[in-house]
Amino acid sequence: MGHAMISLEARPIASKFWGIASPLLAIVVTVAVGALIFAAMGKDPVRGLGVFFWEPIKSTYALSELAVKATPLILIALGLAVCFRSNVWNIGAEGQYLLGALFGGGVALTASADTGRWIVLAILLAGVVGGMCWAAIVALLRDRFNANEILVSLMLVYVATFLLTYMVYGPWKDPMGFNFPQTKTFEKATQIPRIIDGLRMNIGLIIALASAALLWVFLFRTFRGYQLQVGGIAPAAARYAGFSSRGALWTALLISGGAAGLAGALEVAGPIGQLTPYVPAGYGFAAIIVAFVGRLHPVGIVFAAILMSMFYIGGELAQSRLGMPKSLTGVFQGLLLFALLACDTLIAYRVRVKK
Amino acid sequence: MDETASTRRLELRHVTKRYPSVVANDDVSLCVAPGEIHAVLGENGAGKSTLMKVIYGAVKPDAGEMLFDGVPFLAKNPRDARAHGIAMVFQHFSLFETLSVAENIWLGLDKSISLNQVRESIASTAQKYGLPLEADRPVHTLSVGERQRVEIMRSLLTQPKLLILDEPTSVLTPQAVEKLFDTLKQLAASGCSILYISHKLDEIRALCTNCTVLRGGKVTGMVDPRKESNASLSRLMIGAEPPQLQHREASLGEIALSVKKLSLKSEAMFCTDLLDISFDVRAGEIVGIAGVSGNGQQELLAALSGESTRAPRGSVLLFGNDIAAKNPQARRAGGLYFVPEERLGRGAVPVHSLAMNGLLTRASDLVGSSWLKWITPKQNASLAGEVISRFNVKAGGHDAVAKSLSGGNLQKYIVGREISAKPKVLIVSQPTWGVDVGAAAQIRGELLKLRDEGCAVLVVSEELDELFELCDRMHVVAKGRLSPSIATRDASVELIGEWMSGLWEKQNA
Repeated sequence: MGHAMISLEARPIASKFWGIASPLLAIVVTVAVGALIFAAMGKDPVRGLGVFFWEPIKSTYALSELAVKATPLILIALGLAVCFRSNVWNIGAEGQYLLGALFGGGVALTASADTGRWIVLAILLAGVVGGMCWAAIVALLRDRFNANEILVSLMLVYVATFLLTYMVYGPWKDPMGFNFPQTKTFEKATQIPRIIDGLRMNIGLIIALASAALLWVFLFRTFRGYQLQVGGIAPAAARYAGFSSRGALWTALLISGGAAGLAGALEVAGPIGQLTPYVPAGYGFAAIIVAFVGRLHPVGIVFAAILMSMFYIGGELAQSRLGMPKSLTGVFQGLLLFALLACDTLIAYRVRVKK
Repeated sequence: MDETASTRRLELRHVTKRYPSVVANDDVSLCVAPGEIHAVLGENGAGKSTLMKVIYGAVKPDAGEMLFDGVPFLAKNPRDARAHGIAMVFQHFSLFETLSVAENIWLGLDKSISLNQVRESIASTAQKYGLPLEADRPVHTLSVGERQRVEIMRSLLTQPKLLILDEPTSVLTPQAVEKLFDTLKQLAASGCSILYISHKLDEIRALCTNCTVLRGGKVTGMVDPRKESNASLSRLMIGAEPPQLQHREASLGEIALSVKKLSLKSEAMFCTDLLDISFDVRAGEIVGIAGVSGNGQQELLAALSGESTRAPRGSVLLFGNDIAAKNPQARRAGGLYFVPEERLGRGAVPVHSLAMNGLLTRASDLVGSSWLKWITPKQNASLAGEVISRFNVKAGGHDAVAKSLSGGNLQKYIVGREISAKPKVLIVSQPTWGVDVGAAAQIRGELLKLRDEGCAVLVVSEELDELFELCDRMHVVAKGRLSPSIATRDASVELIGEWMSGLWEKQNA
């Protein structure tokens, strides 16, 4: 045999180095394959990559837009991380996000010209409650009837979408809106406070980052967080220890529903400013990828959310600037996830070249 | 004649197999003659299993060669090995519960044979080797010993020249062991060579005519076990004689744990119903429960530990308080601690550090009583550190993840974690299962010490030697029922063996 053979050999213990290096290598691979795609489509790869990786961070305005996109992704993914770590497969965050938007929007609609700024707090609280209610349905059905939470949470997304559609076509339709399916624009007082005047970025970003810190503390420094995770990775050990699996189910779903609901309220009272049938933007599903790319770790999730937002913005820019399809966003997201899964092999295995 | 190929059924020359962190077999050579019963003796982790996998084609050696009937042969895979006349009976059976004996055996055979032919050959083989089996019984109705017979039968129908048996007696009653030995001796007399893997010295001395001893992957002796003593074999196997335990007279205290008329229907198929179980454990004594696994031990232990809270009210009492419906945390608060049979995944979270694993059962000492219950890494580390040093756990410190420890060291950690909680009642399931001799002796010593300090200890084990060594009194569990207790000094292996088949009523009646 003249040529070298490449083989994978199991490591005795998982590599700490590759635990950190694997996502970085995955980004490199994503960029490299992305460049090939641009070249294959007859576009300048450097310009193409610039659209994805430089444009979204090149100015304060661009950074603010990046933050607007990243905020809901961070919040939802943080909640999902709690679920997935507890082995509760909530994939209906999109629905919980919509209920947050509906509850928050409902409160915002009650505001009048002379309502005080306190209404923002009420909107956000309503959002949290809305998301929690929707997730509680999943928890209840699983707890009482052992209904599969994957199916229930997913199907509730469609119910939530119809609920939103009904509200904006029916009871909440703006009477002065030329029959468009949308509510009236929310009062100024309901607007989520912005961080810098003139930029869309709002305090949602601060809430999201603070939530990441809180979640870190919850997961790694409180016994409640520990119990949840033991139930996820070693159910028999959790039973042996006497940790309640029902408690874990409810806690995980309420946290993740609340976080998604908060994201929904921040979105409708922030960048959108009214309820329309276009509130569902797929953040709830994209956040699943964010959670896994971020390794279900609060810090990782923040970085993963920023990366995913770059792909969103890059896709839009590639459409307008380079005349490429917007679905490039999905291609890049898929590429990243695929590359990460492949690179993760290096954590448990080493590559051996045999002559 | 001695050196010709015809006197050698199997010969291994300088076999070496390396794994990333360990050399499992280091320059191992051994010879088996036709019709010889050859023992491979060694502790867990000595490399016995890897060596057998090499012979059976499941593992490729890094160096060395194998000769079968004088011809160089290295099986590519188990199918290849079977085709050449090498059969293996594994410790863990692979049978379909819902199929009959004949159907299970038929599955592994050539498709050209009909089910009726299989039935016939089962009957004739059964007669030839004294291996009674009913071909049409569904496997789930069989005892463990009978299931093992199905596996042996399955091997015999391939007419092997070499039969490998991996720890075959670990699941058998003493009487079933004798039957097995009769069968094996007949089989050897008909010319089949047998490789008998075990760590039980008495059995090897009773059955085998030749013995290769492994320690740390190397051959440390090739002896005729009939001419050796347990002590000399033990020296070859572990490099030392096992320490003798000090067994002091028990000083009995109050009734600590009491089970009253506990009957429990099993929840799943193929589990055992518990029938009218009653017993007490007093402070300052060790009570043992013997029995072949699968006779209700799991169900009983879950009801005692609180992992199952289905036991009827009033059936489990801790110092007179009804705990039948209490969860494990509440039982620990009352002083009842438990060491489960499975270490990884139940007694410890595999991917968590030893420090974090302390939280599983020692949370009351480690986290505050505030609503959020803060975790302080320093406290976790110091508890794990204490257990590691007091119980001599070989681990890379409190940061080492549970799955990086060997079975014996993880068991020392878990036993140590529970003992250092100063339990009033300690329940231990299979305390030394799969644990090397040194660690086993240490664990047993710790349990005796705990008893002398006034703790009530309940040991559930399949190893009779261990129960005779540790216990003051013994019960036997069979088919979900519990025998009366007998003082260890009045008990004999034969009596306990009979009880293991559920035959205690006869003597009482």
